[in-house]
Amino acid sequence: MHGIPRKAPTQEERDDSSLKAAKLRDLQSLLLHFHHNKIYTEEAIEISAKLLESNPEHYTAWNYRKLAVQHLLDRHQQNQLDSQSPQSILDDELILVENALKTNFKAYGAWHHRKWVLSKGHSSSDRELRLLGKFQKLDSRNFHAWNYRRFITELKKIPDEDELQYTTDMIYDNFSNYSAWHNRSMLLSKLLEKSAKGYEKRENVLSEEFEFVRNALFTDPDDQSGWFYHSWLLGQTLKREPLFLSSSPPHGSNLSLSIDKPYRERHFPLILYFSEAVGGVSSSTVNVEYFYDGGDGLIWFPLAANKLGFSQAWLTYIKYPLDTLESFHVKVTIAQFPGIISSSGMPCSRSCYIYFTASICLNNQEDSELQTTHKISWNEENIKPHSTHPEDANLLASLCKLDITKENKPTTPMLCMETISNEIACSRELLLSSNCKIGKLTLARLLVAHNTLITYGCMDSGTEANYEEILALYHDLMKMDPAHIGYYEDEYSLVLMKQLTPNTESLLKLCGNYQELSSPSISSYTSVRLKGLSLSRVSCLEHLLWVQMLDLSNNKLRSIEGLEALQQLSCLKLSNNRLSSFTALEPLKMLNSLRVLDVSYNEIGAHTIDTRRYLCSSPLNSTTGSKWQSKIFTDGDADLKHFWYAYLLFRDLNLVQLDIVGNAVVDERLKAFLVKLMPALKWFDGESCH
Amino acid sequence: MCLYANVSIFFYGVTSANILEKKDDFASVVMEHLRLNGAYWGLTTLDVLGKLDAVNQDEVVSWIMQCQDQSGVYPGFSGFGGNIGHDPHLHYTLSAIQVLALFDKIDVLDIEKLDIASLQNEDGSFSGDIWGEVDTRFSYIAICSLALLQRLDKINVEKAVAYIVSCKNLDGGFGCTPGAESHAGQIFCCVGALAITGSVDHVDKDLLGWWLCERQVKSGGLNGRPEKLPDVCYSWWVLSSLIMIDRVHWIDKKKLADFILDCQDKENGGISDRPDDAVDVFHTYFGVAGLSLLEYPELKAIDPAYALPVDVVNKIFFTT
Repeated sequence: MHGIPRKAPTQEERDDSSLKAAKLRDLQSLLLHFHHNKIYTEEAIEISAKLLESNPEHYTAWNYRKLAVQHLLDRHQQNQLDSQSPQSILDDELILVENALKTNFKAYGAWHHRKWVLSKGHSSSDRELRLLGKFQKLDSRNFHAWNYRRFITELKKIPDEDELQYTTDMIYDNFSNYSAWHNRSMLLSKLLEKSAKGYEKRENVLSEEFEFVRNALFTDPDDQSGWFYHSWLLGQTLKREPLFLSSSPPHGSNLSLSIDKPYRERHFPLILYFSEAVGGVSSSTVNVEYFYDGGDGLIWFPLAANKLGFSQAWLTYIKYPLDTLESFHVKVTIAQFPGIISSSGMPCSRSCYIYFTASICLNNQEDSELQTTHKISWNEENIKPHSTHPEDANLLASLCKLDITKENKPTTPMLCMETISNEIACSRELLLSSNCKIGKLTLARLLVAHNTLITYGCMDSGTEANYEEILALYHDLMKMDPAHIGYYEDEYSLVLMKQLTPNTESLLKLCGNYQELSSPSISSYTSVRLKGLSLSRVSCLEHLLWVQMLDLSNNKLRSIEGLEALQQLSCLKLSNNRLSSFTALEPLKMLNSLRVLDVSYNEIGAHTIDTRRYLCSSPLNSTTGSKWQSKIFTDGDADLKHFWYAYLLFRDLNLVQLDIVGNAVVDERLKAFLVKLMPALKWFDGESCH
Repeated sequence: MCLYANVSIFFYGVTSANILEKKDDFASVVMEHLRLNGAYWGLTTLDVLGKLDAVNQDEVVSWIMQCQDQSGVYPGFSGFGGNIGHDPHLHYTLSAIQVLALFDKIDVLDIEKLDIASLQNEDGSFSGDIWGEVDTRFSYIAICSLALLQRLDKINVEKAVAYIVSCKNLDGGFGCTPGAESHAGQIFCCVGALAITGSVDHVDKDLLGWWLCERQVKSGGLNGRPEKLPDVCYSWWVLSSLIMIDRVHWIDKKKLADFILDCQDKENGGISDRPDDAVDVFHTYFGVAGLSLLEYPELKAIDPAYALPVDVVNKIFFTT
């Protein structure tokens, strides 16, 4: 089926094929006959051997063979005349497997049969390793052989160190042996994890491995194998505990609370944002101290669409009672007790804290909730730079506190920093002589890692790498390797977000004061503009948790994963992006404050394939069928069944304004459906409704 | 470049006549034991091309049911063999269920008798048959089969997922058993099984996405592992995996489509593994399925996890 040249067969070839076919057909039908009638004569067994040697993928023949072996072994057990010894019986099987593998060394059935024979306690590890040696010489990437090798090493308890040496030999023989590099990474992981003799000092081992792989990279920079291994080593070097990065309200800020709220709304959100997705944030691991004890322990929610309970952003609600009149302090201690853990298993062991004050405000105008009586037009002339506004004082004060407090910064291990600097130097050297793509990508990743170490560590370890250089590398890559432009755009977006939002100064450049000119009595909102930046994804939102109005229009967004963390978001502009389905809007379900949404001029409904089909909850991936046999598909009318995802999305959003024009999915039927679904909606595609 | 009409009249092993007919050539005989897979590849291709009604449904269904193990020799698992008289195995059981789904005839099956659940092991893995070979391919097959039958409750899904996760490698990919090298075919099986059970969150999408997108080589085709040759069948396995984790925009879809189209035999129809190689129904199916995932015009949309047309899958899950 593979690698056979296309040409019409000659008459001679056709006759030859017919002859072979007839012979094989005879063997196969005889085999089935013997199998169904449990015939295990010497002659029958011989025929099965002939069959398997010419067609090792005939799986029923291998089954027959196993039954024949059992039969012969039983005969020996029963001391029957001229029965074969087990040794001889099993030896025949081993020889048969070797012959079958000569015909096709990728036949699953043959390899499995050999394992089955081995499980009966026959054959030495020497014999098996010799066989493997032969096959791995023929094809060093044969994964069947490598799998079988792992089977034997486990069965015969061959030490990991020996196998590691074998990978060293294979790699020196040929650097382009991904299978050997893969095995090496598995073995090293095991040795490091159990702190085997000679592998106790992790940093030293990794250092040696970097040197080892450097040979491969410099010898053949265009071969991927070494680079994937290098990428793994990098991950191992950078592996660190998750860090608490920021909160909303921020440390040292003063939060205004409205006095005029009914009982059940007397709470405000507290959000904690970490350097990576973590689990285990709960009232047992995070301690919130303030005057009022709400009774039950606070409940924390992960703000991410993933179902494993891991998230970068976590949310809880702090309640305050009716008779609160004065301001009060809140102290939050993160990781006071162990339990917060990253998805890669690293515990958050450093305890740190933030505190802020909350004051009851008698003036209703300070209500941070959006006033929804007028349409938001997003016009440019409505936005003024912040410096001209006095109300900014509070915001500016908050923004200044956004950098991680000094007490909360961990120290970066020296060796880690040295390794990264060293690898940066080596990559630069390599790129001088070879314009290799993965080399460039690696350099970009190293520079980003270097910056992250500096930002999150509190040591004077030199200056940050210039973000412009990193962005330029990605531009280069987009030109060199246009097939993967989508990947480079996503990586570029991550770096760009890091460049735009690291500190107060840069953030202020993005902020504006939005005042609807047509209705000056309405208070203004602080808006953040990230439009027209070619962003394909959003991230690094630790400094944007306070944002109420966000303009992400005219970008290349396909996904808005990450926006769940922006719990204060009231107005969101996503027009002129590449959102291709309603399912891509799933993160919005978590934004309880969202009132104004613009998703016009995207690609919703333009594609026959929904790439988020398996990333959101649906009848397709529920393990209990009955859960979804519910209203939608039984009682629901035709519209409901047709627009079931839009229904689930918009039903829970309390939108006041929605713009959806310019998407392929939009027609009169959908518009009518949505207007009916959202009674609170006042403006739809620019026109008033209800 | 376009998809020549010949693909749709490429009846190599595809019409019911050919499925049931004994052919003379060696290639056909040597693959007699997987004829049921061939039926699935051929018939699904026809459905994606909108030509399934060219087939005699009843004849095919009748032949399929004869492939189910009648001997009762093996306890428990009474699945389907690759052809009449061949031993039952999960490989062919899934194909049988998939073909019956195409014809909307899943109700002819006796689910209790099948007893796929008996093949689940203590650690959550699945054996292909009673002879005990363990491979994540079988995890996918068991999960996909039972999901289509809407009986996932028959197995321990949590353990099944845990076993698959234990086969996750340091490069983000998956192998056939824990510690085995990442391979696009195995990755499809593992990601597909995780998708069907709502567990894709276990996948590091960026890490795996990069490994997968690097399968696209200069010619535009996809290989299955680093430093190997491109092959049309990976247009399915790599592509569907990328789609399930929403990273398909990391490859050049147009270049891939051109590669697949270049693998057609423009005179006799069909698609081969590489340009100018011999065609077969296996690669024809994967080529057409790949083109469907790439949104090639006039092809029915195919579901990346169940590997069946979307309308067939929707019918099973979106109606009462």
